[in-house]
Amino acid sequence: MAKQPSTKKAAAAATEDETFALRSLQEAHMANPRHGASDEDLLKFYEQMVLIRRFEEKAGQLYGLGLIGGFCHLYIGQEAVAVGLQSALDAERDSVITGYRDHGHMLAYGIDPKVIMAELTGRGAGISRGKGGSMHMFSVDHKFYGGHGIVGAQVPLGTGLAFAHKYTEDGGVCMAYFGDGASNQGQVYEAFNMAALWNLPIIFVVENNGYAMGTAVKRGSAETHFYRRGTAFRIPGMDVNGMDVLEVRAAAEVALAHVRAGKGPVLMELKTYRYRGHSMSDPAKYRSREEVQEMREKHDPIDAAKAELLKRGVSEDRIKDIDKQIRAVVNEAADFAESSPEPEMSELYTDVLVESY
Amino acid sequence: MAIELKMPALSPTMEEGTLAKWLVKEGDEVKSGDILAEIETDKATMEFESIDEGVIGAILVPEGTEGVKVGTVIATIAGEGDASPAAAAPAVAPASAPAPATAAPVNRPATAPRASDPAIPAGTNMKTSTVREALRDAMAEEMRRDSRVFVMGEEVAEYQGAYKVTQGLLEEFGPKRVIDTPITEYGFAGIGTGAAMGGLRPVIEFMTFNFAMQAIDHIINSAAKTNYMSGGQMRCPVVFRGPNGAASRVGAQHSQNYGPWYANVPGLIVIAPYDAADAKGLMKAAIRSEDPVVFLENELVYGRSFELPELDDHVLPIGKARIMRQGGDVTIVSYSIGVGLALEAAEILAGEGIDAEVIDLRTLRPLDREAVLTSLAKTNRLVVAEEGWPTCSIASEIMAVCMEDGFDHLDAPVLRVCDEDVPLPYAANLEKAAIIDAGRIAAAVRKVCYR
Repeated sequence: MAKQPSTKKAAAAATEDETFALRSLQEAHMANPRHGASDEDLLKFYEQMVLIRRFEEKAGQLYGLGLIGGFCHLYIGQEAVAVGLQSALDAERDSVITGYRDHGHMLAYGIDPKVIMAELTGRGAGISRGKGGSMHMFSVDHKFYGGHGIVGAQVPLGTGLAFAHKYTEDGGVCMAYFGDGASNQGQVYEAFNMAALWNLPIIFVVENNGYAMGTAVKRGSAETHFYRRGTAFRIPGMDVNGMDVLEVRAAAEVALAHVRAGKGPVLMELKTYRYRGHSMSDPAKYRSREEVQEMREKHDPIDAAKAELLKRGVSEDRIKDIDKQIRAVVNEAADFAESSPEPEMSELYTDVLVESY
Repeated sequence: MAIELKMPALSPTMEEGTLAKWLVKEGDEVKSGDILAEIETDKATMEFESIDEGVIGAILVPEGTEGVKVGTVIATIAGEGDASPAAAAPAVAPASAPAPATAAPVNRPATAPRASDPAIPAGTNMKTSTVREALRDAMAEEMRRDSRVFVMGEEVAEYQGAYKVTQGLLEEFGPKRVIDTPITEYGFAGIGTGAAMGGLRPVIEFMTFNFAMQAIDHIINSAAKTNYMSGGQMRCPVVFRGPNGAASRVGAQHSQNYGPWYANVPGLIVIAPYDAADAKGLMKAAIRSEDPVVFLENELVYGRSFELPELDDHVLPIGKARIMRQGGDVTIVSYSIGVGLALEAAEILAGEGIDAEVIDLRTLRPLDREAVLTSLAKTNRLVVAEEGWPTCSIASEIMAVCMEDGFDHLDAPVLRVCDEDVPLPYAANLEKAAIIDAGRIAAAVRKVCYR
């Protein structure tokens, strides 16, 4: 007898929440987990991922030669995330914002590798005229809004971009990336609350690469399933394999359809892995070499895409041609970045303010 | 065709290291990602990965070698036969890194003389307005003029503003443009900043600037620095506004002047007006500015009434101080609520035969150095009056300006009159003792006049 009322109450609560799409997006994703890409589409994704990989390896090399200074966070291992998600966006109206591990997102958005690499080497031809560096790059033309160095800051900023999309009714969606580390910043939840409260068109993307600098997820997070962290704000979550570009793309379409239908924000967790250290000065003592090797050998998104292409009957020569072309593009970017001059000294004083007072 | 492997820098500061161990030998085939060697820096042992594919040619630095300089060739890799020409020809190696620019002194570009306030046409009707109404009218006029302008903050809409500054805006502009936020300063300051980056013109109200401490990261790191860091691509035309400074009997956490904090930051405009005409004219200028603006109001001044010219579009120049009272004997520099106290002191002093000039800075960044120095050249004596702590204050800055560029005009040391250097107490008598007043300003003026 005593149990009956409480069961009723629970049932009533469930009915009340019928409109809450807590799990329906995940269910939709699981029902159709992989994007049915054409060979040409998959080749394009492969090419973009290889571009990011080779670009980042080259950046690591230039760092080692002292041509890149300061902090430099490489995206190696995580390529499928930016490529899969951004391939689903509408470049004309959607916006992207991320943290300091930003080279990959820029390359996936089609920004010229030359001006990115020249920014890394601190040259006047860099995308920020050499005044931003690796962590602070932007391309308003591409609706890429950075490149932010303060962990988690891009989440409210991205929510502001989504606010602007809604205010101007331009139909755009903001995709705001952050890491498993940033997920523990308080401002992330302040942004979740307002994004849900105001039904803003935003996709929050947690790139869970397992480590916040050197702190493993389970050592820093009470709730390690980041896709559940929107539940308190009625934001539906999606748990996505970030090592398969076609799964990422398929999930992106589910999320975008929800947001574009005016149903408010979505939180996606992309499980991924970074092969390199947190930044270039990371001795990586917090994880074993075997763990890294296991991911590289068995779960690499580029190897997987290549294997799938071969299985589909795409010729090895075609893939080799792409590899060769990308090497040339990256070498050209590196040459440009090494040979172009440092900023004019007068740049010291420009762009502090827009107007003169 | 051989690729040279150079001793890498594994941290921003590394200049040399120990080649602890080779994990490959001559003739080994390697591919991208293989670990070639372990290198010890002063901080850690790091793994050195191959980014190229090929066969290890010669190992040139044996393991165990200490003090290997960054950039030394430590081994070679014979590249794959099909390596692209550019990959195999690192001809543009570090040698081509530009010579560090000789530290030729670059002078900061001279700023053009600041525009003066537009003349008020003869016959303009003057009406009486409170500062509160003037601020509201400024926002309403700009919202009518530009649909991108919106107001966001705690209790700005239905409650009509915690201090009633946004009274009536919801009724005229609706909930799309007058937005109540939850109590979440860090979050909505970030959203406002992001919305400005996305092309809107947000006016973000902090219930008081004390609470903006929760949000200061976005004001400084996101709003102020991004235009510079993006090489001029990322505009951030946001206004952060709200009451600043001591109110009355609200204790230390609700009673601080943040003028010096924000005025310290390149990339921000900081405005702190005193009267209604300046509040209105500068608020309109702030909303129109392409730069991020911190607009510091004062709760105790909101209800004061002043003369305000009835003009269609009363906009004042940012960065221009105003002479509030002409005088020949001594200059009193102040801003915000301090201006009223300075004017009061000037009246007291006039009775004693001391003719004080009172300057209202109005904008704290960029500071109108010229106005201060011109007045100093005339009076040769200067006192700064600031409702705020003395250490690292606007007063300190004005004193530095006088030392750097006005030294020859000084007939007496510059003095500052600031609040006591303590957290503001609650008890009425202690609070009164902690905050500046006209009497203290007058006393300092007598001192610099040797009276």
